[in-house]
Amino acid sequence: MSIELKDVTKTFGDVAAVKDVSFSVHEGELMALLGPSGGGKTTVLRMIAGLEVPTAGDVFIRGQRVNDLSVQDRNIGFVFQNYALFKNMNVFKNIAFGLKIKKWKRADVKARVTELLELFGLGGLDKRYPHQLSGGQRQRVAIARALAPKPSVLLLDEPFGAVDAKIRQELREWLVKLHHDLNVTTIFVTHDQEEALEVSNRIVIFSRGHLEQVGTPREVYEQPANEFVARFIGVMNVLDAEVRDGVARVGELQFPGEGQPDGARLRIGFRPYAVQISNDLSLFPYRAVLRHTFFLGIMLRLEFELPSGLLLRSRMTKEEYVQLGLEDGREFSFQIRAYRVLAKEAAGLAPERDLAYHPPPTIGEHI
Amino acid sequence: MKWILVSVALLFSLVFLLLPLVNVFAQAFSRGWTYYLDALRQPDSWAAIRLTLLVAAISVPLNVIFGLAAAWCIAKFEFRGKSLLITLIDLPFSVSPVVAGLMFVVLFGLQGFFGHWLDAHNIKIIFAVPGIVLATVFVTFPFVARELIPVTQATGTEQEQAALTLGANGWQTFWHVTLPSVKWGLIYGIILCNARAMGEFGAVSVVSGHIAGRTNTMPLHVEKLYNEYNAPAAFAVASLLALLALVTLGVKTLLEWKQAREFKRAQRAELLADSP
Repeated sequence: MSIELKDVTKTFGDVAAVKDVSFSVHEGELMALLGPSGGGKTTVLRMIAGLEVPTAGDVFIRGQRVNDLSVQDRNIGFVFQNYALFKNMNVFKNIAFGLKIKKWKRADVKARVTELLELFGLGGLDKRYPHQLSGGQRQRVAIARALAPKPSVLLLDEPFGAVDAKIRQELREWLVKLHHDLNVTTIFVTHDQEEALEVSNRIVIFSRGHLEQVGTPREVYEQPANEFVARFIGVMNVLDAEVRDGVARVGELQFPGEGQPDGARLRIGFRPYAVQISNDLSLFPYRAVLRHTFFLGIMLRLEFELPSGLLLRSRMTKEEYVQLGLEDGREFSFQIRAYRVLAKEAAGLAPERDLAYHPPPTIGEHI
Repeated sequence: MKWILVSVALLFSLVFLLLPLVNVFAQAFSRGWTYYLDALRQPDSWAAIRLTLLVAAISVPLNVIFGLAAAWCIAKFEFRGKSLLITLIDLPFSVSPVVAGLMFVVLFGLQGFFGHWLDAHNIKIIFAVPGIVLATVFVTFPFVARELIPVTQATGTEQEQAALTLGANGWQTFWHVTLPSVKWGLIYGIILCNARAMGEFGAVSVVSGHIAGRTNTMPLHVEKLYNEYNAPAAFAVASLLALLALVTLGVKTLLEWKQAREFKRAQRAELLADSP
């Protein structure tokens, strides 16, 4: 166990930024701390680094309680969101800084920095100053600088936040490769769920200071622990259905009433890929008109409207789209293959969280 | 319209700034080089020059230390009384130097608060070098801090935090990261502080006692010579102060030009780096 947090709370004045958070990171893992801004994820990262002190709870690094250990003594590498490179030092001196502080021998410093420059594709840039580098180069220098003294854990705060979309994709792949090569325990903070899903081994999801779920990308996507996670990870259609005659209804859509009395409300969620579409208008129970097609590269996102005015989202590949002969304004039939009951609310009662999962029925079966 | 404004400004600076300056040097050299050098070599003049250098050598470092400390805590920490501290730093700007001098006389003079105690312990502050240093430190108090506060605020704390995560202690962080990042602002502040420390008249005049050869600084000595109708000697000493002003201006311009060039270079580099 490389890092462990136990019931960690951090308050700033009256505001609790992090509340009772516990999770652990295994040796060599690539972990994402994910959540909307203000979720407390950066505060958690800074507490692991020692840049913030927990108000309550304990932080362990490799089994040692580090609450009272200063930043300098924790042997961590930290990469700041805006990289915080030393402006007055060139690339070589930036990377060598931590080694010189730790009183490495001159020759060793040179060897280590040269090794990192090569590894990070920064060869020939050693004399450049930070302002003479591109965003991607700056980030690599920042990571090289953090890794130079061989830390036991690498912490990155929004590592892809400050670069544009094209470079971001390259950097993600590069980070995964780097982690694979060096195998150093890595924790990074991001607000981008796609990034977290793509890059990490496991994800910790935060919202408003609470830990919502810890799991592999697949787990949090397919088995979200609650409505927040379900809506935050990936796109989800969320509908409030009302039970009448034992059936939960919203617009034309009907779902089993879960034994709830009339007037109760069910919050229903389903992923866009769970919507199955046919150009045969009589094949599936519901009809809708395609309102708008969004091109997302190989995948397309469809926004369609039911006769009742309900707007839903679906996605499919370009091939399927062409095969079905779809275009904006075209009518089609559809069914929902899998959905989740996100919350149940008996009339007048506060919502009770429930996550009954309804696996996809066989094609053509009416839900 | 533009040209009218420009010529008014030019005319004004010509009449009120450049002409007097030229005049100072003209008067100083009116009786030739030898007289000029003799005037400076006079024991009292020489003592005044040395005293001025001594006072500057003490008060400038003191205010550098204070300025760094003040700018540091104002920029990096949130605390109660922060705005009070900022106001206090500006106080010497808003108080007449004569009042500042009198304040020290009231505190440390023979009839002052600490007068008896100081007298009993045979410590002389007023009408002695310590008083002159105190008055100078007070008057030049804001210069370094004022220059540094905006620079340190703009730099933020991330670079220092980065140094900490790399194992640096407070002193190493300050020496390798903080100080270099405020270098220009600091040099600029020191130059202004030094110019004022050497040129201060009002506050020093009140506390010095005008003892020729002992407590007269250069500005005071200039006044004394002038009042003795020794205009050429007065202007000779004054020319040194004027020279200091010119050097200060020159260095200031150089620094600004260097900073602008670095900024432009940084911008160009950024443009280059961002283009694919």
